[in-house]
Amino acid sequence: MKLLSQIWVVIVMNIRSLPQRLWMSLAAILAVTVVVAVLLSFLSMANGFAKTLEGTGSNDIAIVTRGGSQSELNSVLSRHAVNAVSVAPGVAKTADGQPYYSAELYVVVNAIKKSSGTKVNIPLRGIDPIGFTLRDHVKITAGRMFQPGKNEIIVGQKVLGQFSGFELGKEVKFGKSRWTVVGIFSTGGTAFESELWADARTVQSQFRRGDSYQTMRIKLTTPGDLSGIEKAIKADPTLNLDVKTEAQYFAEQGQALKNIVRVGWAISIVMSLGALAGALNTMFTSVASRSKEIATLRAIGFSNVSAFFGTLAESVVLSVLGGLVGALMSYLFMDGMTTSTLGASFTQVIFTFELSPALFEKGIILALLIGVIGGFFPAWRAARLPVVVAFRNAS
Amino acid sequence: MTDDHLFDLKGVSKRFIKGKEAISIFDGLDMTIKKGDFLAIMGPSGSGKTTLLNMLGGVDQPTGGEVWFDGKRIDKLSEGQMANWRAGNIGFIFQFYNLMPMLNAARNVELPLLLTNLSAAQRKKSVTAALELVGLADRASHLPKEMSGGQMQRVAIARAIVSDPKLLLCDEPTGDLDRNTADEILEMLQLLNKEFGKTIVMVTHDPSAAKYATHTLHLDKGQFVEKDLVA
Repeated sequence: MKLLSQIWVVIVMNIRSLPQRLWMSLAAILAVTVVVAVLLSFLSMANGFAKTLEGTGSNDIAIVTRGGSQSELNSVLSRHAVNAVSVAPGVAKTADGQPYYSAELYVVVNAIKKSSGTKVNIPLRGIDPIGFTLRDHVKITAGRMFQPGKNEIIVGQKVLGQFSGFELGKEVKFGKSRWTVVGIFSTGGTAFESELWADARTVQSQFRRGDSYQTMRIKLTTPGDLSGIEKAIKADPTLNLDVKTEAQYFAEQGQALKNIVRVGWAISIVMSLGALAGALNTMFTSVASRSKEIATLRAIGFSNVSAFFGTLAESVVLSVLGGLVGALMSYLFMDGMTTSTLGASFTQVIFTFELSPALFEKGIILALLIGVIGGFFPAWRAARLPVVVAFRNAS
Repeated sequence: MTDDHLFDLKGVSKRFIKGKEAISIFDGLDMTIKKGDFLAIMGPSGSGKTTLLNMLGGVDQPTGGEVWFDGKRIDKLSEGQMANWRAGNIGFIFQFYNLMPMLNAARNVELPLLLTNLSAAQRKKSVTAALELVGLADRASHLPKEMSGGQMQRVAIARAIVSDPKLLLCDEPTGDLDRNTADEILEMLQLLNKEFGKTIVMVTHDPSAAKYATHTLHLDKGQFVEKDLVA
């Protein structure tokens, strides 16, 4: 109890004397602020990207692509392959007894990014009308569904926010063909909202794809059970196809996430070294400026442990303050910010930065570490300060 | 060594190593301080006054010899044990007051009591009594920067006596004060010695300050010049 009182007194005195070292303390806070803000920006970006992809994949939908193709974009499926897989065991049936699947095309078209004015790729997906029902939470929020056989598109809600020229009723030009925006759709925030959708056969015709498709989406009778389809593919030597659940497919597409997180941590750790140097400098200066006070307390009978923890606490307070400001800045400027990045199919995936409590915690833990390491050696010096300093005549 | 001895220094030596040179401050110093003494130590710069005060206060250790306090040997205590010993037995009064600038007078005076088991109420009572004794009860909430030099030294005296130590060690307590204020402080130390029985050791350059003491020792080159007070 006595030791706690001593430590508390030293902490209070150190914190109250911070204004005497205002600029140096502010510099130390700022250094940690920048580190935490950068880290949380990267992590909230990765988090938002992950959430978008996670929400996109469903476990009761199978996605079939050409064997070895990494993404929908470089996959090709013949009409024969589509027909063969559609009758495989495990494929659910519609109410009228037809195989429940959508053969789809996935082509790249140009769009102008509102934020930068640059030309980027976004996906135009050709779907069967039934494909609309193979997505969870899908609904038309404005306008209407496209009509088969017509150059009509419906536009994902996120596309509207990020790219110009896709407002309802507008006419857009892809290559030589012109398309009219007849509807806006939402899918509850998933990656599909980064897409344009049109009638599959119209897309085949306008983009000269003959009778080929790129992917099949199949409703499974049992969620996650691909065995029937896999068997059917193996049994037919003319088929070279990969089949995955949609959830697996999008999880693999999210590999880029790991790199984002790695880059975020690498940059933050390098910057942390700078912040650490700042914290050390501030705290050594603090100990030097308070050497007489520390020595006087030691002369009175205060323990060196109280001098150690009092100094360490000052460093931790400065770092955590920096961490909180960094997290706050990250929250104010990044959280909820919507942007797009190149996904695995070389098309833009639109996602929202998301600063979760877990990420906030990581930022504060990093700030704490900087404070503890940056304060340790100065605190050690404070604890070892000779008590005779109190008797020196310099005021 | 008898019961009325508070301090006994026996054959104490103190040497420093400066570069390749060994500097001897004391070599075989013997000294006794009796309970109730008000001792002034005078001497030219470099004579070893402050080093002696530091050793008496347990903030500096002798290189050789023995230091006994109230019948107990203290020169072999560990750093932590020495801190506890100081807390229980010594009150320090410094030339430049050494108050904590961020704490008000009452909080400054309370510092030594934080090392005791007293409750907050008991501490407050003791702080008030100490501040009343030095005539600064009405300044309890003032910060050091809001007080004069004499007032700050009186707060320092209150801090030194609040835990009722056996010995007050004063390092040039009036060195930063004008004559009138210095006399007030010295009268207060004299009162603490005569009325409250405090043993006081005061290092000073000022002969008129030394007049308030019951004895004066003159140090020169690590040796006492006056023999009558040396054991």
